[in-house]
Amino acid sequence: MQLYIKFFAMHLKSQMQYKLSFFLTILGQFFMSFTALLGLYFMFLRFNAVEDYTFEHVLLCFAVLLMAFSIAETFGRGFDLFPQMLGNGEFDRALVRPRNIVFQVLASKMDFTRLGRLIQAILVFCYAIPNSGVIWTWDKVLTLLFMIGCGSLIFFALFIVYAGFTFFTVEGLEFMNIFTDGGREFGRYPFSIYGKNILMFLTFVIPLALFQYYPLLYLLDREKSMFYMFTPIIGLLFIIPSYTFFRIGLRRYKSTGS
Amino acid sequence: MPSCTGSIIYEKILCTVSHTLYKQFTVSRCGIGGIGNAVCVGVYGNIGFFGVLPHKSISAFSAFYRTNPAAFPMEFSQTVSYIWMQQAFLALFMMWFWEHDIAALIMEGSIAYEMVRPLDLYNRWFCQIAANRLARAVLRCSPILIVAFLVPEPYRMTLPPNAAHLLLFIFSSFLALCVVVAFSMLMYISLFYTLSPMGMRIIAAVISDFLAGATVPLPFFPEPFRTIAELLPFGAMQNMPLRIYSGNIAGTDALAGIALQIFWIIVLLFIGRLMMSRTLKKVIVQGG
Repeated sequence: MQLYIKFFAMHLKSQMQYKLSFFLTILGQFFMSFTALLGLYFMFLRFNAVEDYTFEHVLLCFAVLLMAFSIAETFGRGFDLFPQMLGNGEFDRALVRPRNIVFQVLASKMDFTRLGRLIQAILVFCYAIPNSGVIWTWDKVLTLLFMIGCGSLIFFALFIVYAGFTFFTVEGLEFMNIFTDGGREFGRYPFSIYGKNILMFLTFVIPLALFQYYPLLYLLDREKSMFYMFTPIIGLLFIIPSYTFFRIGLRRYKSTGS
Repeated sequence: MPSCTGSIIYEKILCTVSHTLYKQFTVSRCGIGGIGNAVCVGVYGNIGFFGVLPHKSISAFSAFYRTNPAAFPMEFSQTVSYIWMQQAFLALFMMWFWEHDIAALIMEGSIAYEMVRPLDLYNRWFCQIAANRLARAVLRCSPILIVAFLVPEPYRMTLPPNAAHLLLFIFSSFLALCVVVAFSMLMYISLFYTLSPMGMRIIAAVISDFLAGATVPLPFFPEPFRTIAELLPFGAMQNMPLRIYSGNIAGTDALAGIALQIFWIIVLLFIGRLMMSRTLKKVIVQGG
């Protein structure tokens, strides 16, 4: 842990070296999700609601997804860029070091420019939390924290799966982006609007709905059962198969030779 | 002389298109390991990728449509075509595609060699960018178009109302590509001054893509924004060909739109060339 903090400080310092560029990139990240937000706003200005969710409800979804994703991306960047690490032979060097391999990949990259999105998520929360009509008792607050925390862990598990695929293909597979970037893009609406099949898929195969749609129902008092509050925790089970997949890939890894 | 440079430009485009196609094909084969089933994973995986994203974003529009059909500003089938065509020809129109080679030339100083060559730098880069976009679009469009015509009814893409529309679409796409490239040239030229490619570039690309209708088609914009965006050069980008294809813009409106596109091409070319010649007069070569 102490070592991780050291790496953390190191990455932060190295990215702060070019201050102007760093802040401009943060601003760029901010704008990137800001146009998404603006698009959302324009749509609701015209339609007022989607199914039976109002703008504020959807904003809650938007902010949860944005925050979970940007946290996962900041710290899990090493797995996101894993194809590069594998391709340039950096990974072979990591293998011979006497440290846990996941730790090394994790510590190899951190991207603090995602802060731009994080700030935006916080701002959206500032608006959506008081205006969503939810009465924020302790269980609701806890649900929201579960959504964000488990959400970022599940996205992180998806990055690990993505990295695991690289053992078999060397190149990154673009289709994995459906679940990571696509999940962020489309998760701004409650997943139920995409129809039953997609909702089932996102519940039982890639558990994105477990930290978005079901706890949202609990937040909005549409489901009273405490079970819905803990669905994000169930989603964490996804980490087990993804980590196993990564280990299987690692076992059959042959160096790229570069 | 003009015909001579014309043919050089033409050759350059052809050459870059074929080169990029070749490179992309070989890279995707070797990169995946050259083994049959791995190639399949790549190809099918990517077709799946191409199909799923537009499908999902159409679902989102369809949910809005179900909620309040009266507020929908285009016909639903037009929106469907808009999204499929946008995804199929993403590489032609999206500002965030970036030519790393050109940026590297400026930032690493190899620009000096480029300036020695007896070629007009503006034309050369213009062609290089346009050709690379075209090559990528050619590679990308076919799987998406196949999926788009195969999915079940409400989500299936329709052909344009008639052949004239299709021709107008092709012509307008060509003009839109020119507007996009001419606008991105301004961003490359500004690299001479800023030398920081990331931040400013992302901001400019994100804003122009938004105003071009990449996130939400322009008819969905609320009123003052819609008219403003349609008149700006951004409205002359993907907005125009995609709406002509879907039948949302037709007749004299389409011709007026094409005239606007031509107007913006002339303006942007003029500004770009002016900036370029001024910049090259006092260029500072970076590093060695």
